[in-house]
Amino acid sequence: MPWDRNQMAARAAEELEDGMYVNLGIGIPTLVANYVGDKDITLQSENGMLGMGPFPFEGEEDPDLINAGKKTITELNRTSYFDSAMSFGMIRGGKIAAAILGAMEVAENGDLANWMIPGKLVKGMGGAMDLVAGVEKVVVVMDHTNKAGETKLLKACTLPLTGAGVVDRIITDLGVFDVVEGGLRIVECAPGVTEDEIRSKTEATLV
Amino acid sequence: MQKVYDTADAALEGILKDGMLIAAGGFGLCGIPELLIDAIVKSGVKDLTVASNNAGVDGFGLGKLLDTRQVKKMMSSYVGENAEFMRQYLSGELELEFNPQGTLAERMRAGGAGIPGFYTKTGVGTVIAEGKEHKDFGGETYIMEEGIFADLSIVKAWKADDTGNLVFRKTARNFNPPAAMCGKICVVEVEEIVPRGSLDPDHIHLPGIYVHRIIQGEHEKRIEQRTTRKREEA
Repeated sequence: MPWDRNQMAARAAEELEDGMYVNLGIGIPTLVANYVGDKDITLQSENGMLGMGPFPFEGEEDPDLINAGKKTITELNRTSYFDSAMSFGMIRGGKIAAAILGAMEVAENGDLANWMIPGKLVKGMGGAMDLVAGVEKVVVVMDHTNKAGETKLLKACTLPLTGAGVVDRIITDLGVFDVVEGGLRIVECAPGVTEDEIRSKTEATLV
Repeated sequence: MQKVYDTADAALEGILKDGMLIAAGGFGLCGIPELLIDAIVKSGVKDLTVASNNAGVDGFGLGKLLDTRQVKKMMSSYVGENAEFMRQYLSGELELEFNPQGTLAERMRAGGAGIPGFYTKTGVGTVIAEGKEHKDFGGETYIMEEGIFADLSIVKAWKADDTGNLVFRKTARNFNPPAAMCGKICVVEVEEIVPRGSLDPDHIHLPGIYVHRIIQGEHEKRIEQRTTRKREEA
């Protein structure tokens, strides 16, 4: 059985170590926060906050307190605020230990595409290019195939890149993969998923 | 020098010119200079280039300046929430220069710090790097980005004293300090102007040297995505 969204998020949470400062993207990566357990993890929100708390209770929303997805959130007793230049200073400066984000395509050399589809509405890269360029470890969490059933693990990305050679590890519904010399290495298969099934659904070279 | 003005219109008097470059603070609708945007709409100044992380939403924030076609070009990182923006962009009426968010923030900070250009890893190997100088440092490739030197900064802070010392609140700080720094003239709107001496000098987020004009006013502070949890879940 392939992993579902929550199981993928739980598997991604295993990548995080006690004491890490982490940036989570939108979608499945946001769910990772639910699975960190006892680990002391500080979440960064790139609009200028370390120590991001959960959504507020109804009636306690503060328009001055949002995350990078523009959703209302809360602060914790460890929270600090800073401006956007300092926020991306800590991202670019390699102070953030890990970023977990979604993707449209990943290539076997670690290229990542997740910000635009030519001919479709372009919304912008936001902070994604800065994050993948600066953060120490970039973990992609995404479905193995797209809605049309085509693989998202490619020899080369077809979409415009967010970053070149930036991905370290990929977690899909079928398994866990590392970007290594010569291609992708299968680290782990989801329960009941065989390497043959993964190979049949992967274009990237598996080494 | 008197920095406090009664209204946004008065604070912008003699500053606005067609074709000028304005750096605006705010992230989404959080910490945006609502009152100054309204005054710029009212002024009718046109052909503006606006450096701002986002472009507001339809009918609010910088979206108002788009509705009136006063903006010629946006320098932004994310513009997904604005249908009128997209319409003008796709029809070629509006120019758009995408900047990675951190690059945009640093370009503002650099402009304010007298740094005309800097090298960054962000965007190397992507469309953002096309046409830009590449240079290797320590075996890694970087691209050069230019500082932004704006004609005018429009900024929202929480509190100011009459000398322009600013305090921001929570994540409403965002792009406001770097935007404030990079303008030849910086106009700030705050929720409260407090008496000199009542702000702790150790807790000033942006010193008044960057601030030329200040107004106080009521802010709508619209929430873009209201998300909550139920009390039972706690």
